[in-house]
Amino acid sequence: MPDVAIIGAGFYGFKPSVPELSFRELVFEAARRAYAEAGIDPRKDIAGFISCQEDFWEGIAIADEFAPEPLGGVLRPTFTVAGDLLQGIAQAYMMIKTGLFDIVAVESHSKQSDIKTLQEIYELALDPLYLRKLRPPNPLFMAGIDAQAYMMEAGASEEDLALVSVKNRNNGIDNPRASYSSTITLDDVISSGYYMKPIKNLEAAGFTDGAVVFVLASSEVARKFTDDPVWVKGIGWSTETGTGGWNHHVWGRMISAREAAKQAFKMSGLNLTDMDSIEIEDRFTYLEPLFLDEIGLSTIGYSVELLRTGDLDKNAHMPVNMSGGSQSIGVLLEATGGARLLEAYLQLKGKAGYRHHEVENALVASWRGPPTYTTSVLILSR
Amino acid sequence: MTKKYPGTYLKRDEMYSLPGLVRYKPTAKYSFSAGIAQTKFLEGLKKGKIIGVKCPSCGRVYVPPRAFCEYCHVPMNEYVELPGTGEIHTAVISYISTFRQRMDKPEIVGVVKLDAPGYTKESYEFAGLFHRFCGITEEDVISGKAIGMRVKPRWKPENERTGSVTDIECFEPVES
Repeated sequence: MPDVAIIGAGFYGFKPSVPELSFRELVFEAARRAYAEAGIDPRKDIAGFISCQEDFWEGIAIADEFAPEPLGGVLRPTFTVAGDLLQGIAQAYMMIKTGLFDIVAVESHSKQSDIKTLQEIYELALDPLYLRKLRPPNPLFMAGIDAQAYMMEAGASEEDLALVSVKNRNNGIDNPRASYSSTITLDDVISSGYYMKPIKNLEAAGFTDGAVVFVLASSEVARKFTDDPVWVKGIGWSTETGTGGWNHHVWGRMISAREAAKQAFKMSGLNLTDMDSIEIEDRFTYLEPLFLDEIGLSTIGYSVELLRTGDLDKNAHMPVNMSGGSQSIGVLLEATGGARLLEAYLQLKGKAGYRHHEVENALVASWRGPPTYTTSVLILSR
Repeated sequence: MTKKYPGTYLKRDEMYSLPGLVRYKPTAKYSFSAGIAQTKFLEGLKKGKIIGVKCPSCGRVYVPPRAFCEYCHVPMNEYVELPGTGEIHTAVISYISTFRQRMDKPEIVGVVKLDAPGYTKESYEFAGLFHRFCGITEEDVISGKAIGMRVKPRWKPENERTGSVTDIECFEPVES
């Protein structure tokens, strides 16, 4: 079976709002850039197209019908994945492994600024017979529950979680894609008021418009088009359960991340200590140490210690979210994992646009929605 | 109830009291960004003009315009003003509304094959718009007489136009 590489990446937007473009134009701009980098013509060279999107984000039912045009996928095999971009990468990976597809494009985008009732759309994710009837004041209340549970399990304080915001928002300062970066201090975070106890306002990531497109290819084709492909060494994904009142959910843990990481590490033959850069989803600060505990397959709370000692900082041996993470870049709906993959890809290519050390191996992890997490873990090598 | 169907009839109240039946009205509001190309189209409509865009690679004319050609995957910037006239390509009579209610007055809708540069009457592909038809009868549609009929847009008065496809009230026959 062929190895799989990323031979091109393109992005556009990465601002809180991109009102001048339609979502289709946004995707087209990202696609053009990805294909230009790969040196391919989508109308001739690409065998399959994948778009990661959800109808409720688009405000259009059966929105997959809008997927082919901006990607160059008209009258070609195109399908959508209702999930994070990393899940789409997993599909592309498998398609190429079969030997039937040599080049596959994967897209995701966020035009969240078009959604005027984002909170209410989140409410639609709640179980209709049970939770919606209870009408929680904020559908993201479960992030608060989860953060509280994690703090108890990990022995973390609110200050520990605030450290994530300080680290990541400062990391983003020299990243051109990080609109929410800021030179904030621990005091700024602590005094920013509660978003949802124990999460402070400056610990909840903002939202961002943008599109990302990746071109994946088999090893044979990749070598024809580029001298420095980024190899997909391992990929894993897992979904937890959680319906109704979530009676079976384990709060303060992320079992899906552990499972996904196990799968990805096994496939790659690498382990966490081999990673020079880790990009993990941190839309709420507690997610970073929680994720890290789970993917490090270590005891819960270990990462909090690393946070306190500065071992996750951007100049440390194993920096976590040196791009600034979602705290700096913002949340891009289903393109959130894609935004992080983009950072890891650019770091591996030495093109991230911000100062960083040499990256040989990188890990990217993303997830969807507390608490019924679907987590994907991707391991990349130069 | 006009017709008796087999089965047990439920009254409205009985139906909504069934356990597990949750009534839920989603609040999902959006303001869709028109983007560069569609904005040119909507601005054109406000001025009583139909704007298209021509692909520099294959020559296709898109109405409404788009920022890129879906067949060539290249950007498009060559905007063209169309005369607005054309012929009826398809027409159907709608007797029932979206809510499955019989309409008082059936509506005739369909696709207009617009007069556009680079296309001839025989072209398989064409620049076209879906819209309402007025000034033609049900009989015109049923007999097939409507197909191929020359039509033009009937514009709303200028002060009522908002930059919307509804600035065109309908397409009506070109008076001969």
